[in-house]
Amino acid sequence: MHISPVLWQFLVKWLNASALFPREASTIAPYSDALYFFLLLITIIGLTLVGALIFGFAIRYRRQRNPVATQVEGSTLLEATWTIIPLALFLITFVWGALLYFRIYNPPTNAMNIYVVGKQWMWKAEHEGGQHEINALHVPIGRPVQLTMISQDVFHSFSVPDFRIKREVIPGRYTTVWFQATTPGSYHLFCTQYCGTNHSQMIGEVTAMTPDDYQKWLHTSTSGMSLAQNGERLFTEFGCIACHTGTSQARAPNLAGLYGSKIQLSDGTDVLVNEAYVRNSILSPSSQVAAGFAPIMPTFQGQISEDGLIDLVEYIKSLHTNDRLQQTLVTSQSDEATPKASSAVKP
Amino acid sequence: MSATNSTIVSLPDQSTASLPKRSYINNESGLLSWLLTGDHKRIAILYLISITFFFFIGGAFAGLIRLELLTPQPDLVASDTYNKFFSMHGIIMVFLFLVPSVPATLGNFLMPIMIGAKDLAFPKVNLLSWYLYWIGGLFTLAALVLGGVDTGWTFTTPLSTHYLNTHVVTAALGIFIIGFSSIFTGLNFIVTIHRMRAPGMTWFRLPLFVWSHYAASLLMVLGTPVLAITLVLVALERTIGIGVFDPTKGGDPLLFQHLFWFYSHPAVYIMILPGMGVISEVISTFSRKRVFGYTAVAFSSVAIALFGFFVWAHHMFIMGVSNYSALVFSLLTMLVAVPSAIKIFNWAFTLQKGSITFETPMLYAFGFMGLFTIGGMTGVFLGALGMDIHLTETYFIVAHFHFVMVGGMLMAFLSGVHYWWPKMTGRMYPESLSKLAAVTTFIGFNLTFLPQFILGYLGMPRRYHAYPPEFQVLNVLSTAGATVLGVGYMLPLLYLGWSLKYGAIAGNNPWQATGLEWQIQSPPLTENFLEVPVIDYEAYDYEWLAKKMDQEVTTVG
Amino acid sequence: MILATHPHTHETAQPEEHGHVALPQHRHHFETQEQQREAATFGMWLFLLTEIMFFGGLFFSYLLYRNWYYDAFVVASNQLSVPLGGTNTAVLITSGFFMALAVWASEMKKKGLLVLTLILTMVFGCIFIGIKYDEYHEKWEKHHIPGAHFDIAEFVNPHAYGLHEEPLSPDAAQKTQIFFSLYFAMTGLHALHMLIGLGILVWLTVRAHRGDFTAGYVAPIENFALYWHFVDIVWLFLFPLLYLINRHPV
Repeated sequence: MHISPVLWQFLVKWLNASALFPREASTIAPYSDALYFFLLLITIIGLTLVGALIFGFAIRYRRQRNPVATQVEGSTLLEATWTIIPLALFLITFVWGALLYFRIYNPPTNAMNIYVVGKQWMWKAEHEGGQHEINALHVPIGRPVQLTMISQDVFHSFSVPDFRIKREVIPGRYTTVWFQATTPGSYHLFCTQYCGTNHSQMIGEVTAMTPDDYQKWLHTSTSGMSLAQNGERLFTEFGCIACHTGTSQARAPNLAGLYGSKIQLSDGTDVLVNEAYVRNSILSPSSQVAAGFAPIMPTFQGQISEDGLIDLVEYIKSLHTNDRLQQTLVTSQSDEATPKASSAVKP
Repeated sequence: MSATNSTIVSLPDQSTASLPKRSYINNESGLLSWLLTGDHKRIAILYLISITFFFFIGGAFAGLIRLELLTPQPDLVASDTYNKFFSMHGIIMVFLFLVPSVPATLGNFLMPIMIGAKDLAFPKVNLLSWYLYWIGGLFTLAALVLGGVDTGWTFTTPLSTHYLNTHVVTAALGIFIIGFSSIFTGLNFIVTIHRMRAPGMTWFRLPLFVWSHYAASLLMVLGTPVLAITLVLVALERTIGIGVFDPTKGGDPLLFQHLFWFYSHPAVYIMILPGMGVISEVISTFSRKRVFGYTAVAFSSVAIALFGFFVWAHHMFIMGVSNYSALVFSLLTMLVAVPSAIKIFNWAFTLQKGSITFETPMLYAFGFMGLFTIGGMTGVFLGALGMDIHLTETYFIVAHFHFVMVGGMLMAFLSGVHYWWPKMTGRMYPESLSKLAAVTTFIGFNLTFLPQFILGYLGMPRRYHAYPPEFQVLNVLSTAGATVLGVGYMLPLLYLGWSLKYGAIAGNNPWQATGLEWQIQSPPLTENFLEVPVIDYEAYDYEWLAKKMDQEVTTVG
Repeated sequence: MILATHPHTHETAQPEEHGHVALPQHRHHFETQEQQREAATFGMWLFLLTEIMFFGGLFFSYLLYRNWYYDAFVVASNQLSVPLGGTNTAVLITSGFFMALAVWASEMKKKGLLVLTLILTMVFGCIFIGIKYDEYHEKWEKHHIPGAHFDIAEFVNPHAYGLHEEPLSPDAAQKTQIFFSLYFAMTGLHALHMLIGLGILVWLTVRAHRGDFTAGYVAPIENFALYWHFVDIVWLFLFPLLYLINRHPV
């Protein structure tokens, strides 16, 4: 910030203590607040100006003091002035706001990923190591965290005011937002898109912890299987391994090392293999068939939940080498050989 | 006699004053003569009564909302009930009050007179508009009585299509019908302004009130049909299960958002532009001056209407629209803010070198200017992309739109009602009591909605039944303000009703204003003019008015 | 303010003062018959503009989804009968032709011709509706009406139904429901406008028979013709968009 840090601290902390201002708990918060104070400043200046004009003219030209009005047509100079100056201020606002927007919605490449599934009326957070949380989110400070979010039903919106971030969580496609927490503490998590009866109960707490505390928490909250491991289980259960064998004669593309690369589709277009592509391929495979393969993949729409899809995405992300895929193949074949104790576990 | 020493204080002796023998009110009698009228003035009065009725219903819901929000816990009503409160409040206030308020009452009454016509182009269509308003209103009331609707006034899919079992289709149908009321009003206005101006009444001699209504009518005519078709699709998806907005069937819920906001953003300009027209008239009259920069204000109205069509996705910045479309819509939003700023400054400079008096309409106009400036500037906050991320869907938004709609539009409506009350009824309202009501509403309004800006930045979401306890103090302030505001709005209902029988007789031109409506009797004749006026002077021509009054004998009745 | 000495302002029109015959339909908030006629036509054009916006939402949705799900839309569109659609197009154009003739008849004060052409307009309009009903009925029988009973079997396995189509995978076949949703919404809205038009036509024909429109007062016929032609034009957009996607010789 280009203004005195002492003044800034005073302003923000004092306002926060008076319950008039949220805490600044993320790296982006000061940037949001800077724009806010700028906008507040020009609003106050504008309001003061308009107020001064109204009061000034009303008093100076009230009937007792000015019984005869002078007819004035206008003034092009004044028109130009109060067109150009507001326009300039608004354009500055536009540029500043756009820069802030890109900062908030473009994550750094080294961000750690946490999945969030919103449903009526709760938040489920899923860490890569398999830690699951309901209406809570534990994050380390000092590291960029990206949230990949989707809704199981209606529109929701994931909002952490103290981080100054918010993003709609919608059914049908992933949305993302990132932040980097700066101060350990507990911060409000709100759903900010009206979603029905218990919209105001769809709240929780984001807990930012020091890296050590975060590691401790990870160890104590793991459910045993990471998302990728659960995804591997689903990969075999749903029979994906039957076609995506990773061999050269396979009916389906080799998924090893696929995530993050660019592939060509059967209609000639190129596409980046990201979470959205993987999810879409499972639910609507015929819409983006890889070049050189027949559109024979069945759809799993309605058979798998968003949690299951996230597990599969994570698994596919983890397939860096063909060896990993072969491991799954071998495991699945041995699974088939031995009788199962119970019927398939619901994903 | 000069044009300057002439406001209410120089009314002629009341003992000899009397109402005109024949006017649009006593021209025909009987209920049917009102219910089957084609007279634009009678229809305006029918609308006035209707929207007042719905305003108080919508206001009652607001009162219940604020009552619940006194405490952080959801303790007054069940969550579903609360959700119905804010949905019904929004639907009634937006569609049954704000959209028709100035155009259907003041616009209907005055616009033909202001252009020198005897009526609107299509009087029967005008009456049809009123009936459609009531049929739609009855559907909405039916939805209420049958159990309410809890979609919010925004009907977001897939919540409204698949996840609620309240009376969504009934409410959607009601709004669909009201939409056509609005479309026909706009259509009527456009044809009237184009085709029925009196000889000599060129476009640039029109009062700015007419310009604003023309701009608003363009929006009504072009925007409302899109809302209509969107609601039809929602209803079809709910009833027979087409999947146009359903992701499991390949549909896209974001499509609904685009279609809905394509109307609902211009809708806010439909609501505010006629109010701005009122402010132009009031400021001019009570400064005894032509509006500063008439051409700029006229063109600003049309510019707002035009730009207003291209900013709808600023309601969708966080929903996953592409970054590039977000940029475009943010830029356009900044551009649409400029004409409003131009108007505020033009009105302010109309005061300069004027001769200003402070009757109630002028007080409301001053209130409008201050509150609309705040409301408009906070719109700029929201148009800034990065800022919107933090502020959207919080109480900041609620405060923003209440500032422009209530602090802006409703104040303009009250200003207009008071200003033209003598013309419509032949009677003056009581000045001291009305000033008190104006000040009360101003204070009550600020107390209600200023805390909500703070709540918004703190992060309190909108449409929340319960909230974290640290937000309580601000909520209590807001509810206290709402109480004061409620009193402020009850007062006009009482004293305006009182004035119908006991108010001072107004005469043709109690404000000594320019404009054709003030050159005819109060209340006007059914046919407005005995002879067609021929216009050879500009709008707001106070010198012309002075000359005219020198020639005439000032009588009342 | 100069006061015009304008005889038309008098409440009851006296033909001799005006120098021309004032029509009984002259509405007295208009200064001249010409003003009234122009206002009515302007009003109708504006109304048609609102109708364009009304249909516009559907057209936009259709273009969006056709872009996203082209293959499904092609297959679904092939279910529509081009012969029937084409016939309907010809029927509607013929109906429009007779309506235009009706306007001429009204202007030429030929009552018999006016009534005849109005009736013919109606007849062809009814033929259109009849064919449309036939098409809808077929969709009903094949379970192609969107909703709970929508059946994608024909799209997944077209050869079993004797169709020369590429089979679609089930998830792509699901998208055909969107095509049919929009098909019914767009043609249904269009048909509704036609039914309303037919209703008005009945009333106009009755009044034409009474001679209301062959004595100089042509505005209702003219303005209804505008509406009817608009409905015609909407169909001229619907037909190629819905029926003629990627047609190839079968």
